[in-house]
Amino acid sequence: MKVFIVPPNSLILYDLVERFGHEPLSVMKAIRERVTDLEIDSPPLNVTPEDVKKGLKYAGVEVPSGIRGRLALWGPLIDQAEAAIVMEDPPYSFGCVGCYRTNEMVKYLLRKKRIPILEVPYPEDEEGAKRMVSEIKEFLEGLK
Amino acid sequence: MIKIAQLSCGSEYSGVQGEIERAATAVGAKMVSPDIDLEEVDKSVEKFGFSPTSPQLRLLIARGVALTEGRYDADAVFITSCFRCAEGALVRNEIRRYIQNHSRMPVVTYSFTERTKAGQMLTRMEALVTIVSRKELLARERQVGLTLGIDSGSSTTKAMVMRDNEILGKYWLPTGEVLSSASEAVDHALSEAGVSLNEIEGIGVTGYGRYIIGKKMGAKLIQEELTVNSKGAVWLADRQKGEATIIDIGGMDNKAITVRDGIPDNFTMGGICAGASGRFLELVAKRLKIEITELGQLADKGNYRKVNMNSYCSIFGIQDLVTSLAEGMSVEDVASAACHSVAEQVFEQQLQEIDIRQPVIQVGGTSLISGMVTAMSDVLGQRPIVPAMSQYIGSVGAALLASGFIEGGR
Repeated sequence: MKVFIVPPNSLILYDLVERFGHEPLSVMKAIRERVTDLEIDSPPLNVTPEDVKKGLKYAGVEVPSGIRGRLALWGPLIDQAEAAIVMEDPPYSFGCVGCYRTNEMVKYLLRKKRIPILEVPYPEDEEGAKRMVSEIKEFLEGLK
Repeated sequence: MIKIAQLSCGSEYSGVQGEIERAATAVGAKMVSPDIDLEEVDKSVEKFGFSPTSPQLRLLIARGVALTEGRYDADAVFITSCFRCAEGALVRNEIRRYIQNHSRMPVVTYSFTERTKAGQMLTRMEALVTIVSRKELLARERQVGLTLGIDSGSSTTKAMVMRDNEILGKYWLPTGEVLSSASEAVDHALSEAGVSLNEIEGIGVTGYGRYIIGKKMGAKLIQEELTVNSKGAVWLADRQKGEATIIDIGGMDNKAITVRDGIPDNFTMGGICAGASGRFLELVAKRLKIEITELGQLADKGNYRKVNMNSYCSIFGIQDLVTSLAEGMSVEDVASAACHSVAEQVFEQQLQEIDIRQPVIQVGGTSLISGMVTAMSDVLGQRPIVPAMSQYIGSVGAALLASGFIEGGR
């Protein structure tokens, strides 16, 4: 199944989805220790004003352009999603879309699709991490 | 190469990052992005005191804090975020204040949409570069020698001849064809001064037509109007030392500039709609069938509160005017409302992006319209200083700064 992950650039979630036999819907980007890009989640392609207009499918013209530009990238992937894993409150290094309002909208668009969604908190310790992996494993296996 | 630190949120996803970089390159600057450790972000946000939810805005704050602590080297700062983002607007303004309170770097703020193009940012970028690269020139307080200043504005062209800090001749006329308008203004100013062009030791040009005129006349100074007008305003108002705020409402755009010793350290520039400029007042005068020079006195006799007018869009503003006249409102009340509408827009859009410092100096062509000064007084709660010849700020500033190129050993 096609599984959308939040944050959409999380390497760990991407790997887990692939490992358990599903297709992760994500645009990957190497996460570096130091932030040298202009944006914490610099887009993987050159976003043009035309791309930003495509975001109008997901949010109206009164919505800031940065949100519409992000939704122009993530929106089509959400459209394809058959399931989703949402990590709550991860640190930036785990993956991030940079804009909290976009985060809220992405999660809302996923919930609106009424597809299976697993919402997991970011683990605080090793035990929590194990629990998270086990929950994700169970969720993904249940999708088969 | 002048390094302009970019503190931003949403620029890449809005498709405008390339435009920002193009604007910087065009004025000989380079946008740089302060690199910081991810671990620093939360610490910097805590230190700053405002904790936004968006990670990109938290990063923006961390970058700003790093700049003020000298952990990253830059000459000027460009703070920008998406238009209509409330959180972005709050952070943009507060980090601008923080940087100004903790450093002497010139700062400019800007909110963009996906339609923002390099040209819209060019004058702002050029001003940042001028402030950094021409510090000594901008510190000049006295005009020396015989110089000519030309201000090729969107509505009017002004020329001024100065000798040893005295005005010898001046002239202005409505801008038509750029070169011929400049030529006519120069001829009249030279004639009034009683000198010939051959005697002029240095020419300075500012305003929209500065490049074409500057090249044609072999100007020693071709400089954007933000810095030039600031110098002209403090010279005319005799406020060269200390702090001041300059409100310059011109024919096509408006500017709010804070200065220290005559050198700008923060400025905003409007121009999205003619509704906040002298152009709207020209439309109003035309519709009222009066000369623009009569509008101010009429407005002073009217009561703007009687008329509902908001010229955020000049077309809708004129619609309001037509409706009000049809409802039987007096020409005086409508003229007053038109002036107030422009003043309120400048207050709401420009003056919210800078911190007003005393005294406030009102200049530009619209400062000759007394109703416009009254309207600004109302929204500011104080009467601004309007120096004599306040429409000549650009040409005075250009003549003053041009003398910096001829002085040599003097």
